[in-house]
Amino acid sequence: MSSRNEVLARIRTALGTERAPVPEIVRDYRTTDERPAEELLDVLVDRLEDYKATVLRCTPGEIPATVVAALDTGLPAGWAPADVVVAPGVPDPWRPAGTAEDDGRPAVELADFSATVVGVAVAIAETGTLVLDGSPLSGRRALSLLPDCLVCVVIADQVVGGVPEGLARLERSAPLTMISGPSATSDIELSRVEGVHGPRTLVVVLVG
Amino acid sequence: MTVVDLGMPTLPHAPRGVGHLRGNRPFPDAARDALRDGQLRANLGHATSTIRAKRAAVVAEVPDWEQLRAAGKAIKAATMARLDAHLEELERQVTARGGTVHWARDAIEANAIVTELVRATGVHEVVKVKSMATQEIGLNEALEAAGITAHETDLAELIVQLGHDQPSHILVPAIHKNRAEIREIFLRTMPEVDPGLSDDPRELAMAARAHLRERFLRAEVAISGANFAVAETGTLAVVESEGNGRMCLTLPRTLITVMGIEKLVPSWRDLEVFLQLLPRSSTGERMNPYTSLWTGVTPGDGPQDFHLVLLDNGRTATLADEVGREALHCIRCSACLNVCPVYERTGGHAYGSVYPGPIGAVLSPQLTGVEDNASLPYASSLCGACYDVCPVAIDIPSILVHLRAEHVEAQKHATPEAVAFRVLAKVMSHPRRWRMAQKAAGLGRLLARGRPTMPAALPPPASRWTQSRDLPTPPKETFTQAWAREHGS
Repeated sequence: MSSRNEVLARIRTALGTERAPVPEIVRDYRTTDERPAEELLDVLVDRLEDYKATVLRCTPGEIPATVVAALDTGLPAGWAPADVVVAPGVPDPWRPAGTAEDDGRPAVELADFSATVVGVAVAIAETGTLVLDGSPLSGRRALSLLPDCLVCVVIADQVVGGVPEGLARLERSAPLTMISGPSATSDIELSRVEGVHGPRTLVVVLVG
Repeated sequence: MTVVDLGMPTLPHAPRGVGHLRGNRPFPDAARDALRDGQLRANLGHATSTIRAKRAAVVAEVPDWEQLRAAGKAIKAATMARLDAHLEELERQVTARGGTVHWARDAIEANAIVTELVRATGVHEVVKVKSMATQEIGLNEALEAAGITAHETDLAELIVQLGHDQPSHILVPAIHKNRAEIREIFLRTMPEVDPGLSDDPRELAMAARAHLRERFLRAEVAISGANFAVAETGTLAVVESEGNGRMCLTLPRTLITVMGIEKLVPSWRDLEVFLQLLPRSSTGERMNPYTSLWTGVTPGDGPQDFHLVLLDNGRTATLADEVGREALHCIRCSACLNVCPVYERTGGHAYGSVYPGPIGAVLSPQLTGVEDNASLPYASSLCGACYDVCPVAIDIPSILVHLRAEHVEAQKHATPEAVAFRVLAKVMSHPRRWRMAQKAAGLGRLLARGRPTMPAALPPPASRWTQSRDLPTPPKETFTQAWAREHGS
């Protein structure tokens, strides 16, 4: 018998011929959040800052200047636009002049850049989570991983209250990355330290 | 393989001689040594009290925590009830999205599958994401025997690997080491490290970053575990903090994921429950820094060759036990370790298995067969703290009692304890015998010489009890005597 068939046969033996009915799953936990949008934005900012991310808020018209301010925050003084790479679907007005676009070069070459600018698919206020979905706007996964500073632009209507609402909005088969703050570890005496292998600096431009 | 016949279906357990599910000595012996290590106890006390406080704070802010817990428990029970159908669906979905699914009856077969897959790529080193399943089957040793070097990339796993140590905690395998000890390991084993390295956790984390950066960028093959797999969509999930997981799941050309068959959930929606329960229970965060979800292969993004190895290794034997199967609901958060008064004092090594603490005490004996880990179901005071914090409400104390009974039933010869209880049952079933026994016990007052507890040096077999416990001195009169005196007979 193949391993596959043997493991399946073992499961059938274990569960017996007279199988118990499948227990009902009661989903009486919160699946929506009725708080006003403005309040959700405040919650998101609070959670992000709690995880040592920097948040800059602006109006839609101020995005270009705020992205530059975000890079000023995350990079050493005198940074060069050529050291910044953006996802291919990032709108032109969000791109500071002179930045590079991810053109599908070998992923490891993205490590040469100092910072990345991307958009997100959804943001979850209660957990301070940004979700990237591999779309042209979010970029491929390596793009938001290798450069040491990550700038994410979040539009107000992308912000939902809790995890259930966030997951419901996503394209399920896409390569998804949920990001909650800069990379961190609690492996030394269970004390949290920000900044290990992923970007050590996370700056969020929150629009609206 | 060992098979225990208790009227339930007899299915093979995890084989001996491979992997890390069995210790080389019983828990009480190993625990006695651990308890003498003052540094270990200080490290564990500090770390577990830190994480307990963090977990309590973030769980308290979730108003529907109990509803999420109940849903988590129900989803896992529903998954187990139709595990075969869900696994077949997962296989269909992963295959349809360009992945390859392999099935492994046990550790030996899983190690062989992974070794062969790595060999086929022609490389001699792989990067690894922290994974309990690959620890369980001893994959690193199997790869090493085939001339393949496995680099652990999780900070704690790296500390354990560099220190030629064993993991002692599910979430933080190096929890038994403090910052000074970690600094010493890094200075000794990382040739490139600055000799002026301090024991500041931030500096230590930066040293690990520098040490692994080049390895990530050149890696061609990665091996991971999985926190969840969604049958409905074929999606796999890895939950982590450092970004080492993302490096492994994203940069290499080939990705091999080893997953226990119990880790799947039926539907995409089920993730909304577990992605709330796991981080808060585990690291005490509202959400862990990085969660990666991938479905098969995505052209132009991440590994283009994806293999999923589904592992039994004693899980179906566990599933056959109607009481014990609840241990398969575990999502490996480690909250039960952090609250356990036994774990906090002995640490993880004393359990002899990669699954320590309360969940390990019910999981390891079921994966191996209870006779191969017979002391573990007793490694508990049955206080129930583990049940209270478990995010999927596994009734660990009840399973412990169930396994103790199974162990006792399996004895061919009566143990001294069994004989003692048999005698006690006889005595207690006759009022006259019982009164005489009470009078006889009253003689113990002579030994106690007025102290509230009996002397520790009682003769055998009573010494086995008094070695680690106080035996109270019998009272001057029994309850019935006192009642008769005060109220008349």
